Amino acid sequence: MSNAILEVSGVIKRFGGFTALDGVDFVVQAGERVGLIGPNGSGKSTLVNCIAGTLRNEEGSIRFEGRDIHTYPAHRRIHLGLARSFQIPKPFGSMSVLDNLCVPLLYAAKGKGSRSVADEAHHILRQVGLDEKAHAMSGGLTQVDMRKLELARAMAAKPRLLISDEAMAGLSTSEVDDILELLMGLKAQGVAVIMIEHVMRAVMKFSERIAVLVAGRKIADGDPKTIVGNVEVVKAYLGE
Amino acid sequence: MSNGVFAIVAFAFAVAFAAVSQLIPNEYFFTAAYTVLQFVILATAWNILGGYTGYVNFGSAAFFAIGAYSTVVLYNAFKAPLPVMIVAGTLVAGLAGLGLGYLTLRLRGVFFAIASLALSVVLFTFIVNWDFVGGARGAYVLQPREVPFGLPRYIHLLYIVMVLQAAVSLIVARTIEKSTIGRGLAAIRDDELAAECSGVPTLRLKIFSTMVSCALMGMAGTTFPYYLSFIEPSSAFSLTYAVNSIAMPLIGGMMSWVGPLIGALLLGSVQQLVQVMFSLGAWNLLIVGVLLVSFVTLAPNGIMGWVEAWRRRRGSR
Repeated sequence: MSNAILEVSGVIKRFGGFTALDGVDFVVQAGERVGLIGPNGSGKSTLVNCIAGTLRNEEGSIRFEGRDIHTYPAHRRIHLGLARSFQIPKPFGSMSVLDNLCVPLLYAAKGKGSRSVADEAHHILRQVGLDEKAHAMSGGLTQVDMRKLELARAMAAKPRLLISDEAMAGLSTSEVDDILELLMGLKAQGVAVIMIEHVMRAVMKFSERIAVLVAGRKIADGDPKTIVGNVEVVKAYLGE
Repeated sequence: MSNGVFAIVAFAFAVAFAAVSQLIPNEYFFTAAYTVLQFVILATAWNILGGYTGYVNFGSAAFFAIGAYSTVVLYNAFKAPLPVMIVAGTLVAGLAGLGLGYLTLRLRGVFFAIASLALSVVLFTFIVNWDFVGGARGAYVLQPREVPFGLPRYIHLLYIVMVLQAAVSLIVARTIEKSTIGRGLAAIRDDELAAECSGVPTLRLKIFSTMVSCALMGMAGTTFPYYLSFIEPSSAFSLTYAVNSIAMPLIGGMMSWVGPLIGALLLGSVQQLVQVMFSLGAWNLLIVGVLLVSFVTLAPNGIMGWVEAWRRRRGSR
């Protein structure tokens, strides 16, 4: 039996007459680091939304640790251990940075781990380098810090699979390295990560495997070096 | 302060306050205080859904009226005792809130507000055409001749009931606010999608807060028919309730249980003063409007928000 944590098969998602996902198959092994790339509008975020439960796919199945979850609401999926960060940061603006983490710690990670909620929140904030701003209001953070908070909040849910949706867009080289290091560290904790990213340097460094989505179909899936040399992929990105 | 301690303190304070104020010789105090306390309950209740969760309910009057008309039904049918009426009205309004929540809270934001307003209109029409509760004519609900606990008049009893109900509302609101549920509601208010993706069961929590909010509004209405001795649809469904229960938390501050209390005491008292001292009762809604506009422009987070900002400024200096 395979050690797959996530098995997406034949997923179709339509918006009216537009087919955003057209029979996508996608597998992630436990603890694996997978890069998901594709041009803008290729359906990456739609796939993430279907996996995380913020959208419902019309056809196909999504299995998480062997369980078919495609009818589950998002909050139940995160209880099972499937967390995501948002492309555009969505902090709880009326709360402090610390309180932002308390929400998933109290709801999604209930009963997981032995530390108190506040200790755990500080522990995660230290990991992402936001501990000094623990009591700052989250609405007033800089873009970089909001991205970090977004990841921290996903980590606070104690996931076994974390989907990072463009956490690095618009960040400087050193900031990208910070976040990369953070995501790499999750591997040590046995967390599988799907990274959606346009920053190719980050994707290549991070991924053990890369899947490529173009116009709602997966056109390639394999180890990073072969993907870069794949004719179809090059054509999708650069044209003929 | 823990929830238990707060509940004991609030209740003790309410009992003491109700007891001491019995010494006030002026009969009108009780009539006026009844109305102000009614608004304390309504504003506190509205804020559980509107302030904590971020869903605007325009139908406060409907839930208030459900409480009031539950009393009329029980009065006409069985002459039921007052405590039974209070419990029944609260439950019926809570159930109506559950229904409204279940039907509409899958929609976001403004749709809920419109649905709550629509419910108000539907219920109004229903009551107007329901003969058993007096229809458009209205119904008499006579105060009992015998006043219990040796109180001089029935209004004294109603006033005490209102003080206790206000205490219950504040305890419920504060308990919710400080609990895990309160944190979940705040997350929903800030960003519903992010809340759902942080594991908050958003639909369930929204329905819960609607139910509690509406139940408390219903509770506020249960003694109303006795207060007036006569009730008709247009007084029970009055625009004043809907407007005040939104305006008071807005003016006081919507982030904590203190805001609606302050807003209701302030605005409620001002309205009573205007009505009695200057006989300008008709101006009340105008006053609410002017205050509302001033607060929205000058102190958008209400009095409590203003105090909070002032405290933070002083702290950072």
